[in-house]
Amino acid sequence: MSTAAQTVKPVMPARHYLNDNYGIRSWLLTKDHKRIAVLYLFSITFFFFIGGIFASLIRLHLLTPNGELFQADTYNKMFTMHGVNMIFFFLIPSVPAVLGNFIIPIMVGAKDLAFPKINLMSWYIFMVGAFFSLYAMVSGGVDTGWTFYTPLSSGFVHTNVIVMAVGILFAGFSSIFTGLNFIVTVHRMRAPGLTWGRLPLMVWANYAASLIMILGTPVLAITLILLALERGFHIGIFDPKLGGDPVLFQHMFWFYSHPAVYIMILPGMGVISEIVTCFSRKRVFGYAFVAFSSIAIAVFGFVVWAHHMFVAGISVYSAMVFSLLSYAVAIPSAVKVFNWTATMYKGSVKLDTPMLYALGFIGLFTIGGLTGLFLAALGLDVHIHDTYFVIAHFHYVMVGGMVMAYLGGLHFWWPKMTGKLYPEPVAKLAALITFIGFNLTFFPQFILGYMGMPRRYAMYSPEFQVLNVLSSAGASILAVGFILPALYFTWSLKYGEVAGDNPYKATGLEWQTTSPPPTHNFDVTPVVTEDPYHYGAEEEVTVVP
Amino acid sequence: MQSLPLFPEQASTVAGQVDALYLFLVLITTFFSLLIAILIIYFAIKYRRTPERTAEQIHGSTLLEIVWTVIPLGISMVIFLWGAALYFHIQRPPGNALEVYGVAKQWMWKFEFPGGQREINSLHVPTGRPVKVTLISQDVIHSFFVPAFRVKSDVLPNRYMTSWFEATTPGTYHLFCSQYCGTKHSGMIGEVTVMKPEDFAAWLESGKAEGSMAASGEKLFQQYGCTTCHRPDSGARGPNLEGLYGRPVRLQDNRVVIADDNYIRESVLNPNAKIVSGFQPIMPTFQGVVSEEQMLQIIAYIKSMADQTGQPLNNRSTPTQIRDTEVPNVQQQMQQDQNQKPSGKQP
Repeated sequence: MSTAAQTVKPVMPARHYLNDNYGIRSWLLTKDHKRIAVLYLFSITFFFFIGGIFASLIRLHLLTPNGELFQADTYNKMFTMHGVNMIFFFLIPSVPAVLGNFIIPIMVGAKDLAFPKINLMSWYIFMVGAFFSLYAMVSGGVDTGWTFYTPLSSGFVHTNVIVMAVGILFAGFSSIFTGLNFIVTVHRMRAPGLTWGRLPLMVWANYAASLIMILGTPVLAITLILLALERGFHIGIFDPKLGGDPVLFQHMFWFYSHPAVYIMILPGMGVISEIVTCFSRKRVFGYAFVAFSSIAIAVFGFVVWAHHMFVAGISVYSAMVFSLLSYAVAIPSAVKVFNWTATMYKGSVKLDTPMLYALGFIGLFTIGGLTGLFLAALGLDVHIHDTYFVIAHFHYVMVGGMVMAYLGGLHFWWPKMTGKLYPEPVAKLAALITFIGFNLTFFPQFILGYMGMPRRYAMYSPEFQVLNVLSSAGASILAVGFILPALYFTWSLKYGEVAGDNPYKATGLEWQTTSPPPTHNFDVTPVVTEDPYHYGAEEEVTVVP
Repeated sequence: MQSLPLFPEQASTVAGQVDALYLFLVLITTFFSLLIAILIIYFAIKYRRTPERTAEQIHGSTLLEIVWTVIPLGISMVIFLWGAALYFHIQRPPGNALEVYGVAKQWMWKFEFPGGQREINSLHVPTGRPVKVTLISQDVIHSFFVPAFRVKSDVLPNRYMTSWFEATTPGTYHLFCSQYCGTKHSGMIGEVTVMKPEDFAAWLESGKAEGSMAASGEKLFQQYGCTTCHRPDSGARGPNLEGLYGRPVRLQDNRVVIADDNYIRESVLNPNAKIVSGFQPIMPTFQGVVSEEQMLQIIAYIKSMADQTGQPLNNRSTPTQIRDTEVPNVQQQMQQDQNQKPSGKQP
């Protein structure tokens, strides 16, 4: 930060979206995508910590094999609610609804998303879903697992399945609205000169995720409605006693829920592309390949759902097809990892906090992705399906991948969102703690899984204890890594240094406006004349205050 | 084993094969994870930002992109083929297997041998002989998982699933339910005891109780009045079941199906789903009447008649015309006994 151009101490802009007007009404009735992003930020942070509390209690419970802490029923409710919270109310909205909502309109040089009122409505619908979900939690909880497998969920458990299903239904509609908004915005509202080939990769990734949101989420809605009909009115769809087929539910559920994995991870991949280029001061290696791989993942992601069902009674031949397609979807992910790594080659690398998270993402996502190859290998999946191996695999992708990307993105754009800098040394420490805690929590679970410990066990055989204790110890470290950012981000709002418009001297339209941006994002509509990530000469991208 | 074992015991013929594929994948994963990690760390150090350093702009390389698309694709295909071959082996029981029947329910496992020996949360099997477990659930989906054998199969409430293994090492191993099935899911565990063949034979002998499954099935066949229609003579209203098991059956719509366990079970519970060519859809459903264990015994009985020379099913030249009034009283009685209506939907 000591180049000649920035010796002037940055000051906060006089007017920006945060001080444009005041009062609770100005927030609750806002149509500004940035304020809606902030509303989402508070909402999903709340759910992240609720889900985190459940996770902590789960790990605490599993310290001993006989499950002394909770009754089996209580334990079952906790892992169900951990899953539902984290997936539907944190991971799916995390990058798109918070970071994407904030940054994508600015990245394309627009004043707002295409449909600002729909954007606000999506938050309200999300909150209605959140209300139902919270109600289901406090009025007895749900103990079906987040996968709601029938006929257990439709005819056997006595908990609030329908209320929870309604909550997820609403949350699903909110993500449909967000996806719709992104797609239309990217198509119709790009700044002059911002061709498809010049779009930041964050935009490509969110565009791909949006396609999945609007195509996949309705299937989840249908599935949950059918489940509720069977549970509430005994209309036989999934329960064989009513003439239904329980495996049909799995097909329908995974038809959405596997692509949902890509709804979660694709936007995170977009964040990583932004961070790695910025902190390597390099053009992204193979722009077209990284951009196109997002679309490839979105397309292939729709045809691999039955790899969750290799031992569920599908025919050996269909299992073969789904296994083959699952390997196909792994390739674009591998391409991305190689391109990010190559982007660092001959760069000018600075290991600031966002970059630490991004590098953590690359490493952990690589392990998460590669262990997916184990699960897609038919003969091997028979053994490790529904064991802790699966848990470790998807936490490497979802937490090691997506949460790392989300935190990286939050740090990266925090100065843009708030105009303030977070304390760098503490943030670096938090990133390191998160990385260590994460690995200690989830690596032992790969071994546990191969040893044969099944998922969702409130009690387990004593020989699994050592690894469970390791995992629980890791979880306590991980918790520290997650609490720290919440503290210093809050601290930075009041005490943080003023960031300036472009603290990293990054390219991209979002860095050409003030930090925080004005309500209408740009005083003058920007004109794009360059490819993205034109990190060639520094002086070109330095914005003189 | 060691204090911190990394593998479960290998106690079946496939265990070693599964572990070999696993180790291959561990190697691949380690190699690529280390490759990426080392490159990242190396680049981060070698190209760390210094005041005089400027990044060298590189747009990309199509050749490299092709290389790192094709190599992972090639490796993936090797894993795919290896995994698929193993899966075919694991999913297809050999013909000479010892048969065991398992019924899962919240939250216990019940097993029965063809000789009538029964066990709860415990399964005895011999070494050196393939064992085929036919599984059904009487409530929700469960999953039969024996880590030491590296086999797993979901247990469905609407059709028979099979799992097979050939145990190699005598000992006692975990049996887990691995599909979440409600409150006491983690208590739905049992033990698989592998015995030497001679010990197993002695164990089987000592466990004989009420007679074989087929004998129990024959009693049920009488008790439920099945004999009224499924008589071996040509004037019967229902197909003759002698020599039926495992043979092809022509249906009314000219489809041909194999009369296996699932077909027989469906024909009892949902008789109108597949009507044999030349017969009328007059059989009432036995849904909710026959328990899953009884069903297995009835199937065992029908299976025991597999080698008897019966009237070939599809060669009936004159389909018997049956009026509703002629349906035997016993069947009407049965219909009244049931709370639910027969599910008479035709696919």
